[in-house]
Amino acid sequence: METEQDPAHHAHPDHEHADHDHPGHSELSEIERRVRALETLLTQKGYVDPAALDVLIDTYQTKIGPRNGARVVARAWVDSDYRDRLLRDATAAIAELGYSGRQGEHMIALQNTPTRHNIVVCTLCSCYPWPVLGLPPVWYKSAPYRSRVVRDPRGVLREFGVTLPSDTEIRVWDSTADVRYLVIPERPAGTDGLDEAALSALVTRDSMIGTGLARTPAEM
Amino acid sequence: MPYMTHGDLGGRQGFGPVVQDADDSLFHAPWESRVLALTLAMGALGRWNIDMMRAARETLPDYLKLSYYQIWLSGLEKLLVAKGLVTSDELAVGHAPHPHTPIDQILMADQVPAKLAKGSPTTRPPIAPARYRLGQTVVTRAAPVDHPTRLPAYLRGKTGIIDRIHGCHVFADSHAQGLGEDPQWLYTVVFEARELWGAKAAAGHRVSFDAWQPYLEPA
Repeated sequence: METEQDPAHHAHPDHEHADHDHPGHSELSEIERRVRALETLLTQKGYVDPAALDVLIDTYQTKIGPRNGARVVARAWVDSDYRDRLLRDATAAIAELGYSGRQGEHMIALQNTPTRHNIVVCTLCSCYPWPVLGLPPVWYKSAPYRSRVVRDPRGVLREFGVTLPSDTEIRVWDSTADVRYLVIPERPAGTDGLDEAALSALVTRDSMIGTGLARTPAEM
Repeated sequence: MPYMTHGDLGGRQGFGPVVQDADDSLFHAPWESRVLALTLAMGALGRWNIDMMRAARETLPDYLKLSYYQIWLSGLEKLLVAKGLVTSDELAVGHAPHPHTPIDQILMADQVPAKLAKGSPTTRPPIAPARYRLGQTVVTRAAPVDHPTRLPAYLRGKTGIIDRIHGCHVFADSHAQGLGEDPQWLYTVVFEARELWGAKAAAGHRVSFDAWQPYLEPA
């Protein structure tokens, strides 16, 4: 296994951003050519249906994303029977709303409370609950988040603008297997009069990873 | 020869603060979305499994220098060559002078929604009772292994508590090596931060991971 390396070795700027900080850079053109060549090759060989590629991309750009998870959370906030089912068997409860499948085959819902805050990470790669949250953001897949959140979750939360009471338990879930985790953030105060649709608008992606809180109506 | 992963980052230091992108888009260039789609479409052919793909990515020597979708692209190219679906000279020129490997069934556009909605569940019927019970104290395997594993280095040789039992699941370590599904009981094991990071770690901070039974020993 890898040993700890000199931290200075990794002190270069966040590599995840190299491409889009330099649009039009020759490196970008080279990788575009490489990907185009690969797609041509695999299509010529009859391994891929180019139309299937378009459908896959469209699915994750327009159909599967964090609004799915927000609907699950809002339903759990307004319907205690649903919340109980969600905490007992999240895969089935999420499927009730029509969300299932790839990278969400085995779901667990984690309820945040005033005394316990849950945060999800995959330190080994980028495991993430696709059917409810879509594809992960860049920071979730980055070395800083994956390395630090298990060691210093309060420090990472501060970088997200979140400060929790010092006596709140923080539980970090490292998604090392094929179980996927969805955080149910606390329902903000002052939302008693809101219906499910209005509540779901308060549920941010980050609040369902655990690096954020749900918005208050005043923050909308 | 220990297995060399470059993806096992938990607890390592020196990567700096978490940077949230002002541009929160899913893809930062069109090629990134093509790499995602090519990976999913080729994965659907069943010539490799997701654990083999994870191993192909995390063993890339330049893993830490590559962006996320560069890692995906290099992992895909590596497996395509390793499984004999393309040759490295075909990758270099971008067309196919060699006869292709016959494929029974490829992923067609109209099959995509059902394929994604179905996913690939990893639960399997138990072949023996679970060795551990909820609340039991266990110790994780301390020794490194010479094959892909999902036991992170920062959790090796640590004492924790069985917090959840998830049933039997395809065992990633065996699956990644092409040794079949080898289903094993899967548990969530929870650790006090002080067990992982020493006495200075904050109280009320716990970390858990999902551990297949072979990762664990009774305390």
